[in-house]
Amino acid sequence: MFGILKIAYKLLVNDKGKFAALLLGITFSVFLMIQMTSMFAGMMKKASATVMNTGAKVWVMDRGVTNVSSAIPLPDYVLDAVRSIEGVKFAVPLYNGGGLVRMKSGNYQPVTVIGLDDSSLYGRPALIEGKIEDIYAENGFIVVKDEEFAKLESPKIGAEFEINDNRGVIVGIAKVPASGLFGIPTLYTTFNRAIQYIPSMRFTISYIIVEPTSMDAVPHIQAEVAKLGYDVLTEDGFINRITQWYMWHTGMGTNLVLMTSISFIVGLSISGQAFYSFTLENLEKFGALKAIGAKGYELVAMLLFQATLTALSGYGLGVGLCASLIALARMKVPDYASIITYDNLLLALGMVVLIASFSSYVAVRKVLKIEPFDIFRS
Amino acid sequence: MSDAAIDAKGLTKWFGEGETRTVAVNDVSLKADFHEMVYIVGPSGSGKTTFLSMISGILRPNAGTVHVKGTDVWSLSNNQLAEFRLNTVGFVFQDFHLFPRLTTAENVAIPLILRSRSWKDAMREALKYLEVVGLSSRADLPPTKLSGGEQQRVAIARAIVSSPDVLILDEPTASLDGDTGRKIVEFVRKEVLGEKRCILIVTHDARIYEFADRIVRMEDGRIIGLDKKGASDA
Repeated sequence: MFGILKIAYKLLVNDKGKFAALLLGITFSVFLMIQMTSMFAGMMKKASATVMNTGAKVWVMDRGVTNVSSAIPLPDYVLDAVRSIEGVKFAVPLYNGGGLVRMKSGNYQPVTVIGLDDSSLYGRPALIEGKIEDIYAENGFIVVKDEEFAKLESPKIGAEFEINDNRGVIVGIAKVPASGLFGIPTLYTTFNRAIQYIPSMRFTISYIIVEPTSMDAVPHIQAEVAKLGYDVLTEDGFINRITQWYMWHTGMGTNLVLMTSISFIVGLSISGQAFYSFTLENLEKFGALKAIGAKGYELVAMLLFQATLTALSGYGLGVGLCASLIALARMKVPDYASIITYDNLLLALGMVVLIASFSSYVAVRKVLKIEPFDIFRS
Repeated sequence: MSDAAIDAKGLTKWFGEGETRTVAVNDVSLKADFHEMVYIVGPSGSGKTTFLSMISGILRPNAGTVHVKGTDVWSLSNNQLAEFRLNTVGFVFQDFHLFPRLTTAENVAIPLILRSRSWKDAMREALKYLEVVGLSSRADLPPTKLSGGEQQRVAIARAIVSSPDVLILDEPTASLDGDTGRKIVEFVRKEVLGEKRCILIVTHDARIYEFADRIVRMEDGRIIGLDKKGASDA
């Protein structure tokens, strides 16, 4: 069989024009599919940045919360009730809101303000400059050094600013795993300072973040909190809810499905057509092989090998092209929202397998139908 | 069972059904021996190719039997038929059907590769046969770089590389000029026929009749005449 596959390989790659067309179709298709899904994955990571950066395992929230930035404040009694549930090691409030910073230059910049529980500072970021206890200092804020840092004029420790007409001082510079979706800088402070500086409603707790005694306790916590009329989500559950919301309630999902489908159709059209015409061109030769004594399964193996080789080569090139482009884009736009995940790669691989299967199915049917007698008659 | 290379009896083949039925070959029998070169001649549509296809295990007859070297060809399964064609019959097609994307040597090696011979081994053997047909210097060229006569010789090398008992040539001179055609058939007669091989040639090129041992004339699906020639005297 090795020799037959080698013939198939030579027939394919020595037909440089057709092979290039096949590769181009699949590469382009894979590139588009991975690019689209990577952009979506990148945006979803940014949309869930607060959840990831906080690192809390369990989140309690209003049932109407659809994504992390649209928190619906919770009454204080919910915090007390959650703390009294069996399986809860501790539970603390978290503030998540927006403020307007006036910088030294006089320019204004909207910011996200995260208010951490005053006593535990649970969910605090890792500091790269300064000391965490300075957050308790008068007007103390910690700024996140991410791609948006420069929008606050790259403040140093001790830099002063105004936030919603209150004085603020940078006491630490932190790093986080992910920056936000909307391109605005993030400030951390204590919960009490946050609700003091940012106008709020009667209720002030955006989320209650919980450390369970073990993850096995989560279903019980969920059931108990549900009795109060609120939701309990794990970190992954919350990220999934955010993803689902952006996917199906913002038009992002429709665009993603549309573009991925178009990429698939483009790939299928170019590769299918090229592979079909490649087979047609060689049809008489395959018939001659049949007459000489090649068996049906040997011809099928040749075609499947050619389709697989093309599909995998195109897939590799497409992935490489996409990764290179993302790396290149990041050199110019540091917060370029695009991540190649294993899911993206698997999806694209699945699509490529479909393209290759369809293309080879049509070719196999043609080749199996050809009668050696037709070769004589021609 | 006879010792004949080919023993075809009462071969009949029709295409279509009912009013559209056309009988292409009608109750034709033929016996050919080893070391015999038999021509099947006749006008277009006389059934020569259909007859040849039934003998070579390509087209199943509606009636009749074919024994090649004692094997009842049409009692074989499809896979056995493929094996039979691979091991017992060599084909030289009218349009050669060489792969333009492979080298000349690779084209010749195809039947050996189909017989699961190693690539290296098959190439070595192919080169040997290219030498037989006088084209060893062209081994690494694609067939498209060769002349019509050279391509014909490559096709012959491919057909004989697996040492078939029966060699079938379909209009071997159709794409060649008169002189080249004659040379090719003369070469086949002298170098390829051998003691243990039978060659069937479908042609209507009268210029090469002199090389035949026998000429079978067909018309309207029947054998209408048989000429004996003294090929060895030609």
